[in-house]
Amino acid sequence: MIHVEGLTIGWGARVLMRDVSFDVARGDVFVVLGGSGCGKSTLLRHLIGLERPMAGRIAIERLGAPRDACVGRGAAPAFGVMFQSGALLGSMTLAENVGLPLRTWTDLPPAAVEAVVRAKLALVGLDGFENHLPNELSGGMKKRAAIARALALDPPLVFLDEPSAGLDPVSAVELDDLLLALNRALGLTLVVVTHELQSIFAIATRCIMLDREAQGIIARGDPRWLRDHGDDPRVRRFFNRQAAPTAPAGA
Amino acid sequence: MTEPAPAPPFLLRRDDPPEGPARLALGGRLELAQAATLWAGLGAALARPAPRGLEVDLAGVEVLDGAAAAMLAHAAEAARCAGGEVRFTGAAPDVAELLAWHARAGRPCLRPAPAGEPILTHVGRATLAIGRETREGLDFLGQAVRAATAAVRFPRTVNWRDAAAVLERAGADGVPIVVSIAFLTGMIMAFQSAMQLKQFGAEIFTADLVGISMTRELAPLMTAIIVAGRSGAAFAAELGTMRVSEEVDALRTLGLCPYRYLVFPRVAALVVAMPLLAALADLVAVAGGLFVALLTLDLTGRAYLVQTQQAIDPVDVVSGLLKAGVFGLIVALIACERGLHARGGAEGVGRATTSAVVTCLFAIVAVDAVFAVLFHVYGV
Ligand SMILES: Nc1ncnc2c1ncn2[C@@H]1O[C@H](COP(=O)(O)OP(=O)(O)OP(=O)(O)O)[C@@H](O)[C@H]1O
Ligand SMILES: [Mg+2]
Repeated sequence: MIHVEGLTIGWGARVLMRDVSFDVARGDVFVVLGGSGCGKSTLLRHLIGLERPMAGRIAIERLGAPRDACVGRGAAPAFGVMFQSGALLGSMTLAENVGLPLRTWTDLPPAAVEAVVRAKLALVGLDGFENHLPNELSGGMKKRAAIARALALDPPLVFLDEPSAGLDPVSAVELDDLLLALNRALGLTLVVVTHELQSIFAIATRCIMLDREAQGIIARGDPRWLRDHGDDPRVRRFFNRQAAPTAPAGA
Repeated sequence: MTEPAPAPPFLLRRDDPPEGPARLALGGRLELAQAATLWAGLGAALARPAPRGLEVDLAGVEVLDGAAAAMLAHAAEAARCAGGEVRFTGAAPDVAELLAWHARAGRPCLRPAPAGEPILTHVGRATLAIGRETREGLDFLGQAVRAATAAVRFPRTVNWRDAAAVLERAGADGVPIVVSIAFLTGMIMAFQSAMQLKQFGAEIFTADLVGISMTRELAPLMTAIIVAGRSGAAFAAELGTMRVSEEVDALRTLGLCPYRYLVFPRVAALVVAMPLLAALADLVAVAGGLFVALLTLDLTGRAYLVQTQQAIDPVDVVSGLLKAGVFGLIVALIACERGLHARGGAEGVGRATTSAVVTCLFAIVAVDAVFAVLFHVYGV
């Protein structure tokens, strides 16, 4: 579904990741792991076409390179995206936020849009909050509303940046169940950035682990296998929640 | 979606057998691309009541996506509310699971949709808002005074770095626009008055007219308007954004008073920058007048300047610069107040900025009028 080859990315002249390659297959729940600040969100921004890579190629099946919403009449987005901060439009209610892509890209009558929006909000446990504004919601509720918006057009591919960060354990498990159900029933392909170990083991079919010092992927595969058989100490520390050994002074 | 599809790729048929529940058979691909047709079809099929209940047969469904599942769930809910039993049969496990997920909406909407409000409600709300804004404004003024006294007593607690940066952005960076507008205004004034004075052979008094009206009135006024548009808008947008993204609250939790940390440096910087800009505008405006005089009148540059020097009293200049300082004070105060009281998101910041500039412009003119009266009464 996604093919990434020789990708080098960074900000300005600073390289975050060098020569990274990986593939995401249709129906995968592909999890991106790594310490805070190692460039997971940046990688996501490149995959969805918001940034230009310094080198390398990103191809999304049936789309070729990511397309630009500002060219011509535009086109319905081929995938859904949830940003780490939610990025809901602050001047619109939740129903308007989730309904915006439906109103723009389908010919559904308003009543149908309303029914779909309500069901989408119910998926993430936000039924009843249709007419609330984003700044009247808690952080976790904003996140969930952003997930509903990412799912609005029933895209075959969804990118989620830390969907369960800031959620209580119950909501987080429900969210995992939802993602798994959509993955199973619709064959939805998911690319998820997350740190929640339980969530990783519950949903991931494959993962890559990024590292800041290594400027690339230090491990890939099934997270359960990595946990039990991974021999890289950085990988083991991540899965066993151990602190890094303190570096000698001056290092 | 664009080409007219004569036959939708899904099946939707209702049978009403003489005995037992009505049957609604669905099949094929039920997807967002056909959702409008599906919605209309469901509406038509369920328009007739089904008093003996409804059985929805999903055995033929190949694909069901989220939007279609949402619509089915909605239609079933509507039929149930109309008083009939609704059952789904024959659904493959995937289809049943999706349907269950999309039928979860149980909670009634917690808030009615925002609607246009009646005029009286609107008037009442606006009146209450005036009261609230007045209170907020007075509160702000009090806090600002407290911040200023604290700043005087403990000058080391003031955020001088911000003050210097604002002084540069509001003052130095504003020089080009102030200079060009002052020069043009001086030219226009000189040209217009020279046309009239020429008829009486009194061209030399152009210098008096330009000199006095610019230093006393126009230079401070024009400068204040420019500063309100540049720096007032910037302050309101900056503080408004900080406000709505909780940065102001974060400052408080760090033990920093936003009035002392954000407002005071901006006010101090504008109070200093405005008279400097106005003084510059005075000089440039006289130069503009001189330029016109040299071009269109039979005057030497020297004669014009000597005449200007005789016409202008130092009191004219000083009173103008004093006014400029006061304008700076009110522009900074109003802009910071609007910014700190922004609410909502990006839209709120926009509203705060608009309101800041409009209020600044009005306040500048109003205060100028007050000064005119005061100066007249005290014979300045
Ligand atoms: N707009 C930007 N301009 C310059 N550098 C940036 C920008 N955004 C992020 N960075 C840098 O890129 C690096 C990676 O940031 P990124 O947001 O991708 O991290 P992350 O892996 O998503 O971390 P987290 O788990 O905390 O969200 C950071 O070191 C950050 O300093
Ligand atoms: Mg991130």
